[in-house]
Amino acid sequence: MRTINQFFSKIREINQRYAKPTVEMSRGVKFSLAVLRVYLFLLVVLMVYKFITVINVV
Amino acid sequence: MDFFSLLYYRFKKVWKAVRLYLVIAGPGLVVMIADNDAGGITTYAATGAKYGYHLIWFLLLLIPVAYYVQEMTVRLGAVTKRGHAEAIFESFGAFWGWFSLLDLMIVDWLTLVTEFVGMTAALSIFGVPAWLTVILVVLLMSIIVLNGRYWTWEKIALGFCLLNLIYIPAAFMVNPSIADIANHGLIPNLPGGLTNELFFLLMANIGTTIAPWMLFFQQSSVVDKGLQEKDIKMGKIDTFIGAIITVAIAIFIVIVTGTLLNGAPIDDAATAAKLLMKTNHYVGAFMAVGLFDAGLLGAICISLASSWAFGEIFGWAHSLNTKVKEAPWFYISFIFTLITAGVVPLIPGAPLVLITLFVQVVAVTLLPAALVFLILLLNDKKTMGEYANTRFQNIISSVIVGSIIILSTMYGVSALFPNIFQ
Repeated sequence: MRTINQFFSKIREINQRYAKPTVEMSRGVKFSLAVLRVYLFLLVVLMVYKFITVINVV
Repeated sequence: MDFFSLLYYRFKKVWKAVRLYLVIAGPGLVVMIADNDAGGITTYAATGAKYGYHLIWFLLLLIPVAYYVQEMTVRLGAVTKRGHAEAIFESFGAFWGWFSLLDLMIVDWLTLVTEFVGMTAALSIFGVPAWLTVILVVLLMSIIVLNGRYWTWEKIALGFCLLNLIYIPAAFMVNPSIADIANHGLIPNLPGGLTNELFFLLMANIGTTIAPWMLFFQQSSVVDKGLQEKDIKMGKIDTFIGAIITVAIAIFIVIVTGTLLNGAPIDDAATAAKLLMKTNHYVGAFMAVGLFDAGLLGAICISLASSWAFGEIFGWAHSLNTKVKEAPWFYISFIFTLITAGVVPLIPGAPLVLITLFVQVVAVTLLPAALVFLILLLNDKKTMGEYANTRFQNIISSVIVGSIIILSTMYGVSALFPNIFQ
């Protein structure tokens, strides 16, 4: 139990340490990150769709 | 200054540069040659068997692709003294950091399983049982890594890189027609037109040239080796030589299978080695030894890439220059990853085909993100200073990265839905 608590407190510490991005958030950077989010979202949708299709076949 | 003095002066200057290179050489050579891992050898063997020498020109195009992507990690590592995972966390925040780290962990572990599959298949040709191969590999890799010195590890890894050149004598032993190689291989052509099968194989060749773990590995390796800004030039030369060697090895594999197995259905490199043994015992044996070595090199680098990344983020000591007592979690994570991945091929009925498929799909989620972060980080003038990307470098790297993202996405999607591009 103690180890699990230590692990989660470490995660919280990491999240706090890296809470604020240091890269300058120019329009180019913001645009790139937004496109990346959309791209990854679409990929996840495709993977979930494939997973559901496979499950239905089985 | 007379002629001989000038000659001596020039020789001393070149010799000094060569000695400096030999000190700095390592990360670029190791990452590039390890790129020809078990999956890579299978892809090249299948390319040669299916299309003969016809796609050699395409492999040559991959030299600048591999170089331009990987040299950015040299600059980033030498300037920031941070690994790729830490750089992403710090520059883009915890969300993108966790996404990259967890994705890297999954991709690396799955790829490691495929390396063990390749190694066990290679040694099974010589009658070595799979369980013995796994035990020997885990022991060997643990000894290499636990010695407590980056330099020793690197020299041993370079020794394995040297063994990867075994495909060169193999190619000479099959007596290929130089005229055919020049006529069919060096002139750009698409044998039979751009069919779905050819397109899939081209994408597989690109996919095996740039893998997500390579970015994380080389940057961490540059940091662990302690390269400074002044070493960037030699680090780039190291990467360029590595890119040439890796593509040269790929071409020699294509020549071997293109000469002896042209038209044979090849699903994996071990099958190619078995078929080659029927034609020429030594060439088949070389193929099997090369496959084992490729899997071993890949496994060494991939498991280290994960351990370095975790060490950077969790704040553990994470250098090969530290003893086990000083960096227990670094070494525990390394050996844990190794053992869990090594056990999978030993499980009867393990879904190895599904794992191979899953590697391709998950890699597609990580590779674009890692490449985009790489370019953005190289444009952060505040951090990179004079080593930031120039306009020319941005154009080249954006074109390469854009192409890789589009093609690897198509590759991943076609792995999920095999008939989508027909």
